[in-house]
Amino acid sequence: MRFHFKTSYDHDIRLFPDWWTFFVYGALLLVMVALPFLMDSFFLSEVTNVLIWAVAGLGLMLLTGTTGQVSLGHSAFMALGCYTCALLMNAGMSFIPAFILSGVITGLVGALIAVPVLRLHGVYLAIATLALAIITADIIVILRPWTGGVNGMFAPEIFIFGAEINRWVNPEYWYYMTLAIVVIITLIYVNLLRSPLGRAFAAVRDSEVSAQAMGIDVARTKTIAFGLSCGITGLGGALMGFFAGAFNNETFTFLLAIQLLMMIVVGGMGFIHGAFLGAIVIAFLPQGLSIVTDNVRFLNIPGLEFGVFGAVLIFFIVFEPMGLYGRWLKVRTWFELFPFARRDMFRRQKSYLKTERVR
Amino acid sequence: MEIMQLLLSGLANGCVYGLIALGFVLIYKATEAVNFAQGDFMMLGAFVMIGLVNTHFLGINFWIAVPLALLIMGALGYLLDITLLRSLFGQNQVAIVILTISLGFVIRFAAGAIWGHEPLNLQSPLALGDVRVGGAVISMADLAVIIVTVLLTIFLWQFFQRTKLGLAMQASSQNQMAAYYMGIPVKRVQGAVWALSAIVACIAGILYASKGAMDVSAGFIGIKAFAAAVIGGFGSLPGALLGGLIVGVIEPFASRYLPSGYSQLAPYTILILVLIFRPHGLFAQVRTKKV
Repeated sequence: MRFHFKTSYDHDIRLFPDWWTFFVYGALLLVMVALPFLMDSFFLSEVTNVLIWAVAGLGLMLLTGTTGQVSLGHSAFMALGCYTCALLMNAGMSFIPAFILSGVITGLVGALIAVPVLRLHGVYLAIATLALAIITADIIVILRPWTGGVNGMFAPEIFIFGAEINRWVNPEYWYYMTLAIVVIITLIYVNLLRSPLGRAFAAVRDSEVSAQAMGIDVARTKTIAFGLSCGITGLGGALMGFFAGAFNNETFTFLLAIQLLMMIVVGGMGFIHGAFLGAIVIAFLPQGLSIVTDNVRFLNIPGLEFGVFGAVLIFFIVFEPMGLYGRWLKVRTWFELFPFARRDMFRRQKSYLKTERVR
Repeated sequence: MEIMQLLLSGLANGCVYGLIALGFVLIYKATEAVNFAQGDFMMLGAFVMIGLVNTHFLGINFWIAVPLALLIMGALGYLLDITLLRSLFGQNQVAIVILTISLGFVIRFAAGAIWGHEPLNLQSPLALGDVRVGGAVISMADLAVIIVTVLLTIFLWQFFQRTKLGLAMQASSQNQMAAYYMGIPVKRVQGAVWALSAIVACIAGILYASKGAMDVSAGFIGIKAFAAAVIGGFGSLPGALLGGLIVGVIEPFASRYLPSGYSQLAPYTILILVLIFRPHGLFAQVRTKKV
């Protein structure tokens, strides 16, 4: 077990608590950079897919994991980010400014929507955002002149500094672009968490009343969290749409938003690692299942993917509410404390529910 | 006459929404949780009934099959509570939201694996004949839906107001710990209410299947029932029925008088508007605590 002997306040908010962690993440980055030389293009595009899911997941994690507000409507913002980016590029903008601007616009729209919606809490918020996700598909059809409606849109070609980035011609460029975006967003996220704003997010999640008592403007904090979250998810949506190459009103259904929420639950609610672990599960589950069903004939049932998905989630909610990353934390703690780890160190606190209807 | 006709078909649809919304409200009233799988319960109830009644499945007489189906669904609801939901006892609502959403996925998958993904018709004696009401035509099935829904709502409402079990359910949602102190077996009460709401879902399913073909994704009308429950004020039984009727009546009128493309938006737009301007619904159940 490593002990951090803290001699200044800066030690508390350092990005890497010690050289070992720095080394581990540095090595991970090196492996990720070297990946195109180790894998063929099929697996590379799978990894790109994982990273894209992770971007969208990071966005939702900021809202649900860090600020504690559930959203079942983030597919709406993925659609908004995707269509904004494509429309800006069709209007003649180049990829990088269009991409950044699409994130900003999605974030602003998200913050605007947040103002009335965030007065709701808990289940009401989930229902309101779910309604938002459902009407998105219809709105895309109504806005046919811009969005192409049911026929959809083709993603414009991406050029960065004169180099064409095409999934089929040079998948490694796509991969590097996604990797760069993921690293930047993760760094922003990590730095946000150690800023006063990030602490305010966590305070609002843990108790709105005590956050208010500490002088935090709860409504403002929630609005900012919603806006930031929508912005990041919008970027994820833009990447997802461009990676698919074409998108229409059925690309970003509310099922996508539910999948996104499930993903961060499986990964580990409230941990940045959780978004990545969840993305790995959600991107490789269909592939893994198709390998299984190819070999085992009687398992070849339509709709199996969502069934297995639901079962995995039920398993996690009931047995491992902290998700995959939580499981890893438990295993690590067990080894670090060996042989002094106790069985109920991570036990859920016994709690009793009180109504929200009387306040 | 056209308006009358639209109104009648809207009322019948609205009653189905209202029935599903009743299930939400029952669970919300007694456990403070929201069951996102209620629509899928409805679908499963309908398919259990189809499996019992239709001639190429078991072919049991309709009126014998009804109590059987209700029993099966009630047992299923109770089993779900003691196996899955009880392990989340006292946890916050979000965990239960996610659990019930994934339960919905599993139910949809299971129903698809057992009964297939083709739409099926229930061979229902209700599905015969039409009745003329002052020039407008209403089918027997629609009439049955309306009558059963109204009776069931009144019954459940009185059940919550008058009986000991109903009061125990309300108490255990307001404060679990205090309910324990009063000698209420909170966990068993919750099991009872899950069974009850599964039975209500089954009734909704049987009626919905009498009105038309049923397929595995029919559970998604649960989302419209959400709109109904929220408009009526989550936690109010007559409110749920009223909300269901509002959503059901608005739909045919919207698709008749609004340009196509906009009409599907109507129920959700109303839902969002209600949430923004009157977040706790028409029959608000939220009161400020008296000190």
